[in-house]
Amino acid sequence: MIHVSLLLVLPPMLLGVINKTKAWFSGCVGPPLLQTYYDLAKLMRKSLVLSATTTWVFLAGPIVTLVTVVLAGLLVPVGRFDAPIVFSGDLILFAYLFGLARFFTTAAALDTGSAFEGMGAAREVTFACLSEPALFFALLVLVKVSGSLTLTGMLHGPAGGFSMAVAAPLVLVAMGLFVILLAETCRIPVDDPNTHLELTMIHEVMVLDHSGPLLGVVLYASALKMFVLGTVLLHVLAPFQTGQAWLDWPLFVLELLGLAVVIGVVESVMARLRMHHVPYLLTAAMLLCGFGFLLLLR
Amino acid sequence: MPLELVLIAICCVSASALPGLCMARSSVWGQRIAVAVMVGAAILGLAGAWSGFSLGKTPTLGLIWPAVGNSMVGLDALSAFFLFPIFIVGGLGSIYGLGYWPQRQYPGNGRKLCLFWGLLVAGMALLVISRHAMAFLLGWEVMALSAYFLISTQDYRQECRRSGWTYLIATHVSTLTLFAMFSLWRWATGSFSLQPVAGQAMSREVMNSLFFLSLIGFGLKAGMMPLHFWLPGAHANAPSHVSAMLSGVMLKMGIYGLVRFLSLLPDPPAVWGELILALGAVSGLLGIAFAIGQHDLKRLLAYSSIENIGIMLMGLGLAMLGRSAGRPEWVVLGMAGCLLHVWNHSLFKSLLFLSAGSVVHGGHTRQIDHLGGLTRRMPWTSGMFLLGVVAICGLPPLNGFVSELLVYLGLLRSGTTGGAGGSAVVLAIPVLAMIGTLALACFVNVYSAVFLGLPRTHAAEDAHESPLTMRGPMVVLAAGCATIGLAPVLVGPILDRAIANWWSDTSSVPPSLGSLAPLGAVGAVAVSLVALILALTVGLTLRNRRARRVGTWDCGYAHPTHHMQYTASSFAQMIVAMFHWALRPRMHRPRIEGPFPQPSRMHSHVDDAVLDRLLLPASRCVQRWFDWFHRFQQGLTQHYVLYILITVILMLSTLIPFNEFIARLFAR
Repeated sequence: MIHVSLLLVLPPMLLGVINKTKAWFSGCVGPPLLQTYYDLAKLMRKSLVLSATTTWVFLAGPIVTLVTVVLAGLLVPVGRFDAPIVFSGDLILFAYLFGLARFFTTAAALDTGSAFEGMGAAREVTFACLSEPALFFALLVLVKVSGSLTLTGMLHGPAGGFSMAVAAPLVLVAMGLFVILLAETCRIPVDDPNTHLELTMIHEVMVLDHSGPLLGVVLYASALKMFVLGTVLLHVLAPFQTGQAWLDWPLFVLELLGLAVVIGVVESVMARLRMHHVPYLLTAAMLLCGFGFLLLLR
Repeated sequence: MPLELVLIAICCVSASALPGLCMARSSVWGQRIAVAVMVGAAILGLAGAWSGFSLGKTPTLGLIWPAVGNSMVGLDALSAFFLFPIFIVGGLGSIYGLGYWPQRQYPGNGRKLCLFWGLLVAGMALLVISRHAMAFLLGWEVMALSAYFLISTQDYRQECRRSGWTYLIATHVSTLTLFAMFSLWRWATGSFSLQPVAGQAMSREVMNSLFFLSLIGFGLKAGMMPLHFWLPGAHANAPSHVSAMLSGVMLKMGIYGLVRFLSLLPDPPAVWGELILALGAVSGLLGIAFAIGQHDLKRLLAYSSIENIGIMLMGLGLAMLGRSAGRPEWVVLGMAGCLLHVWNHSLFKSLLFLSAGSVVHGGHTRQIDHLGGLTRRMPWTSGMFLLGVVAICGLPPLNGFVSELLVYLGLLRSGTTGGAGGSAVVLAIPVLAMIGTLALACFVNVYSAVFLGLPRTHAAEDAHESPLTMRGPMVVLAAGCATIGLAPVLVGPILDRAIANWWSDTSSVPPSLGSLAPLGAVGAVAVSLVALILALTVGLTLRNRRARRVGTWDCGYAHPTHHMQYTASSFAQMIVAMFHWALRPRMHRPRIEGPFPQPSRMHSHVDDAVLDRLLLPASRCVQRWFDWFHRFQQGLTQHYVLYILITVILMLSTLIPFNEFIARLFAR
């Protein structure tokens, strides 16, 4: 119950924390922490404007994305608590749910017949070809370390926690997963969510024609995605627990907000990579995770 | 009884077009009778196959055939499993033909198509139930030759003749390899009958030769990567329901042959499994990479068949590894993934080819970049194509996901339970993930370019929806995809039987699929996914019934046209560049000169790596070497008679006992 409510309520907060951090770095006050909630409420109340070219696929894009991300969130354990849905092989479903979301987002973008949105969609699927194998390498390392085929089992690790012998692979995987998180949620250095030049964007350009409630759904779904991937990363990065349920929930929330601050710092101190350098970054992430796997084969 | 039902179905199917041959060319009744017989026979055959499942192993039946000694046919769960796609696509495809290739519109080749369609189905069904090398080869040749005539249906087109010819060469190489293989089999086992042999009955060298011969012979038919060269052209140039049959069913006969033949060989070494797995990974990755580079809708679908064959081979390789390592769970998961993907691919690839045929029928072109915006004109075709596309990408609520999940699970298990060998096998997982994302990129591209956005030509603007006879079969296939995706528990017992049949050399009972794979959970998640999406869609549409319609935002430009739309080639460009080491795309771009350059065009294409870069240059080279041979072939009949005379004299001279002759000469 707490799991579901956290999953549904917390994500927009992450965007608020990131924006606040960026504002602090640039010496501004920045929007309030809850600004994303206000934006969502406003967008949901507005009416819809559709492009004359579009068909029902355009409407399906954001909806499918939202549903798949929520379902993927239900597969991931939060903190030290088990996920609501657990079965052997759910990690594959987890990855493929994001695939389904990507399919419909790009189809919706191409439905408008605009060149900009076509470019964004092409970039999205091309970069996914590199980040997906990286994600699978990372999952493989976790499967190998924990010996479990469920996300809950592998993220919680073996009964006594991860041993020191696997520390090196896990560190590599954590670095790889962080790059994947940045790429999949379209943050700097892969994509700049705040740029205003359509030619250089990836994710934001795909949703140029979405308006009103549809745009709200898109915004909310991308925040959810960050929450879900961040949760996965936190298991590897900071598998701390106190042993008491009432302390572990706030601890997890704090960790997640800390992660958002880190993302904000990265965004503030780095510039966006040039478009044809992004594949190098993603290949590096894949190599990191792959090397982590090789370390386990000794 | 089940076997008799199947045999009756085979007879009816092969004779289905005969009444039509006795009628006038202009008569539409020949085709209608053929379709009616075909559908009836397909239902009979399906009933036979279904009862074959429930009965388990049925007794074999002798076919009286004096020339080679009596041969045998039999039906077991594995045969029944492969009979399903044959009869389903056979029946549905012939119905589709009523709308797509009506006799009235094609009086010249309509009857030919009907005849060879029936023969193709009959040949494949015979091949699947045969338990004797001769019956197997008979079915194989009937299938191969009728497929040739089907591919060259439009033999007035040069492209069609060329690809038919390439196919014919490839299929004969495959048949010759199989001749060699069965001769070796006969020599090693002492009989032509296809029965499992006991361990240590053959030496390691014989087993290895048998394995490599079968890999080449069946791999050529299945379209495994270096041997796939005949496939894209043949699939692209055949009529669409024939392409559906070739890709959805005929390629699986290669897989069937490999699966069946490997089940007969005892104690496979681990190297076989690793080789099959590696070939599967290469086929999968390069197949889909080549698909992305295509501009022709049907060629693209053909290349993606190679990718799917790769996934099946990966499952099969894992199962073989499990047999050598004595791991029943790898065998069950790998084989289940392979077999289920056979069914799934026959469903969604046939669906995609039939919808592509519908596009060709309505839009009169196969070029992806000449289409666009067809959803408004052809809503049914668009919906069906979308369903097929989601299924072929292996995405969750549909059937493709289930079979890919089984392969993934098997590979993961080999990683957690196996030693170092198992860990190496696990490297196939990221490859499979990459295949999945590339497939997604490829198919989201083709779906959007053909069905979404603005129409790019007048042909696309004036496209029309297909008749009911074409839409009906597509809906049935789509329903099949959805059923397996939403309720994968249904196929669990079927797969269990087929696997038990395949892996007969075990003493223990293999674990059931239901205990190894979360089929129920996957079904539940798929159903809830669909339910949630539907609920949200309904909610959103009810709230915003009157959305304002304006032009697409194009950076302030008020009237975007189809020229500004991103084309499929531009969409694919980044990925093609990523794989340029394999695809070697060719660009023909004009030089822009002067202050007022002339209008000009650029185009790019991705040629086939094996056919266009290796085989054709090699054959041209061989042709050059043999130029001197033309001196003997001048077209003068007198010369030819002379050659015959010389040959006869030479042959007669072998009868002369030279040794004796010389001995006598010297003795004197």
